[in-house]
Amino acid sequence: MSVKEGLLLENVVLGFGGRRVVDDVSLTVEPGELVCLLGPSGCGKTSTLRLAAGLEKPDKGLIFLNGRLVSGDGTHLPPESRHVGFLFQDYALFPHLNVLGNVAFGLDDLPARDRSRQALDKLEQVGMLSYADAWPHQLSGGQQQRVALARALAPNPSLMLLDEPFSGLDKRLRDLVRDETLHVLKSSRVSTLMVTHDPEEAMFMADRIAVMKEGRIVQCDTPVNLYSRPADPFVASFFGEVNSVEAKVRAGRIETCLGSFDARNFIDGAKVELLIRPEAVNVLPDPDGKAVVLASRLLGRTSLIHLKVENPGGTPVHLHARLASRLLPPENSRASLELDSSQIFLFPISSDA
Amino acid sequence: MTIPQFLAKPFWPRSFDGILSVWPWLALTTGLGIAMPVLFVAGNLFVPSTELWTHLAETVLAGYVVNSLWLMLGVSFGVTIGGVGTAWLVTMCRFPGSRLLEWAQLLPLAMPAYVVAYAYTWLLDYAGPLQSLIRTLFGWTSARDYWFFEIRSLGGAILVMSLVLYPYVYLLARSAFLEQSVCVLEASRTLGQSPWRAFWRVALPLARPSIAAGVALALMETLNDFGTVHYFAVDTFTTGIYRTWLGMGQPAAAGQLGAVLMLFILGLLLLERFSRGAARHHHTTGRYRNLPKVRLTPFPAFLALAFCGLAVLLGFLIPAGLLCVMAIGSYNTEISSEFIYFARNSLILALITGLLAVLLALILGYAQRLHPTKLIRTCLRLSALGYAIPGSVIAIGILVPLISLDKAISTALAQFFGIDLGGLVLTGSIGALIYAYCVRFLAISVQTVEASLSKVTPSLEAAARTLGLNAFKRLTKVHMPVIRGSLLTAGLLVFVDVMKELPATLIMRPFNFDTLATKVFMLASDERLAEAAFPALAIVAVGLLPVVLLSSAIAHSRPGEDS
Repeated sequence: MSVKEGLLLENVVLGFGGRRVVDDVSLTVEPGELVCLLGPSGCGKTSTLRLAAGLEKPDKGLIFLNGRLVSGDGTHLPPESRHVGFLFQDYALFPHLNVLGNVAFGLDDLPARDRSRQALDKLEQVGMLSYADAWPHQLSGGQQQRVALARALAPNPSLMLLDEPFSGLDKRLRDLVRDETLHVLKSSRVSTLMVTHDPEEAMFMADRIAVMKEGRIVQCDTPVNLYSRPADPFVASFFGEVNSVEAKVRAGRIETCLGSFDARNFIDGAKVELLIRPEAVNVLPDPDGKAVVLASRLLGRTSLIHLKVENPGGTPVHLHARLASRLLPPENSRASLELDSSQIFLFPISSDA
Repeated sequence: MTIPQFLAKPFWPRSFDGILSVWPWLALTTGLGIAMPVLFVAGNLFVPSTELWTHLAETVLAGYVVNSLWLMLGVSFGVTIGGVGTAWLVTMCRFPGSRLLEWAQLLPLAMPAYVVAYAYTWLLDYAGPLQSLIRTLFGWTSARDYWFFEIRSLGGAILVMSLVLYPYVYLLARSAFLEQSVCVLEASRTLGQSPWRAFWRVALPLARPSIAAGVALALMETLNDFGTVHYFAVDTFTTGIYRTWLGMGQPAAAGQLGAVLMLFILGLLLLERFSRGAARHHHTTGRYRNLPKVRLTPFPAFLALAFCGLAVLLGFLIPAGLLCVMAIGSYNTEISSEFIYFARNSLILALITGLLAVLLALILGYAQRLHPTKLIRTCLRLSALGYAIPGSVIAIGILVPLISLDKAISTALAQFFGIDLGGLVLTGSIGALIYAYCVRFLAISVQTVEASLSKVTPSLEAAARTLGLNAFKRLTKVHMPVIRGSLLTAGLLVFVDVMKELPATLIMRPFNFDTLATKVFMLASDERLAEAAFPALAIVAVGLLPVVLLSSAIAHSRPGEDS
């Protein structure tokens, strides 16, 4: 097996017709690591992936693969010479070749016997050995995905690039295939960069997640840190619904109708936004409480409580609370609230927002 | 996320391997090479007029213009009635035989107009079987005793061409009717329109752009025709060009006639482009259902059957039957041995051209695929120019420069090396003829290949790249296998058109070299119609191949239809 030293992007820029699709992106994928590029559609994550594959040429910046400069500084190694595996959103199986032919496609350099043995090995690894003679159009979406994965892995690439690899599958199948794909990638110990717009999927798959917005990487960290220490409101809200309350810092404290909080590093007079995860709100029945239950809904594993909180000197605050309990407070009853301050995030309100 | 390609479309490939890549250069060479003869003839528009041209303009030009205009007017009338009428009946109504007639309307496409002209002349001429029969029946002795339709006239030419060209309008009108959402028609019915009124007020206006495009195509074929008008002695541009070139030996004047003819074509092209552009706005709903066909009551059903049946009968079955009768009556061993020789010539030309056209189309289509730049798109458009241009005009566009080149070469060789080639080398060569065919028919293969290349999705291409294949290997290992069916179709379409082609072959063929088409023409010109029937039948038989292809495509063409 080849030495796997991962991928390095340095200040990479890509523009189409004056618009910067990828804007000053720096990113590393360590050997054997699985990194997810996460962001809403059109944020430049797929373009970043195509840059790594060599399918696009950066306008600025450097790209290193296994310590070797492959893009930038006047160099551009075409995709066919990069030795990377690419798993496409639509799988892109060759319709004129059967499953074995597809998987063996990238093994041209091997003698015929080794070629089919290696292809069969990969098919076995993804559990598709019995379909070697089948044609792509005879396979289900999940089976096509597995063949495409085997095809990309067959030449033992040092880097795997996955472009929304599960978006074509329905929900139940997706969970299954996601699990299998993770195990195949981890057992191959191949460095992987994967694109997704689904935060849950990113957290399921990734060692680290790079959150992208409008061509830039907003934050790159482990799933735990992204969830518990988001760098800005975008990241906080991307990983789950948040309640937003605006307030002003006075004498090192932030006073709201929900309670008083430590202002941390914010100076007096600064306008701040409190983002509170619904899970951080505990609802306690209390006839004297400040909150009124507007609606209680059981959503399956959790319940969602809509609350109206009285706000002296302002409009009442609408708040969502997510409870594990199935004992729901009745509508129009009063309650008091308990907040978990570790899931409350403080951000400055910028003038242009 | 998809990359918006239109945002990144520079003139010359901007990408890393653009200048180094061989594909843009190949595409440029092909595009220019194919466009050159057309541009050469167009250049004649700017050449100062010669004395002969002034003479031509004063004497015959007006006649050419008038005849060509009448011909175009008559043919547009004929193909519109025939094409729209049959298309409407088979798509919207159910009557005995309507399924069969739906694809049978394509049969006349297999008939070159000149072959139909010969067959009908044989039947309807003074000495033909029909008039002889009438004379015997009524005891008449000469043409002065009765009136009979003179087929060898402008009217006859209009009739013959309408009969073989109406399928162009039929094809486009039919698909336009099928594409119309049933909802639109049903909406008009709920608003109180009878089916007949719904046709006039909704379906026909919606299909009008397609019908106009079909008429434009039919008129281009009309202007290209040489065999029919020559045989019927109707003086049009094509016969004029032929006479000026071969009869008077005046290439420059012929070129100028060709340039004027190209102005006509330009008008038709604009009409076609304009109508297709307009067609884009017409779909307001994407919902399709099987068309509810109206089941006709016996009398209207009989009329519908008669109309659609007559079109096929007159455009294909009768001429084909006549050819068979003629061929059987005149068959002898001399014809069959000669026939093999001409058939071989035709086959070789058609085969080489078919292969070449597919190869060039692949180069152009793949270059556009690799480097979607303005320049390469222009090359593709340039390579399609020839399809609208009559074969006789293309022949001039190639021969005039070639003769000068030939003369220069032979002078140079004689002067510097003392070699005497004993004539012109390039001018009467098979290579020049194949070049002319490519100019005329490359558009067919380019269109087919370009459309099918879209089946190879960008991610298929990218997958092959990441799996280590360079541009040439991707072409041979991914693109060509995926679109091999379309490559075959493209080659076949060109093959058949070359078999049928007459004017360019007639002007450019090597000395003493005949194909099936030219042999048919020569025999007919010598009034040996019956002997021409055998080779003519062979051309028709080959022409049936694309009809079969088209009819099977038609069976699967309805959006939303259960297949």
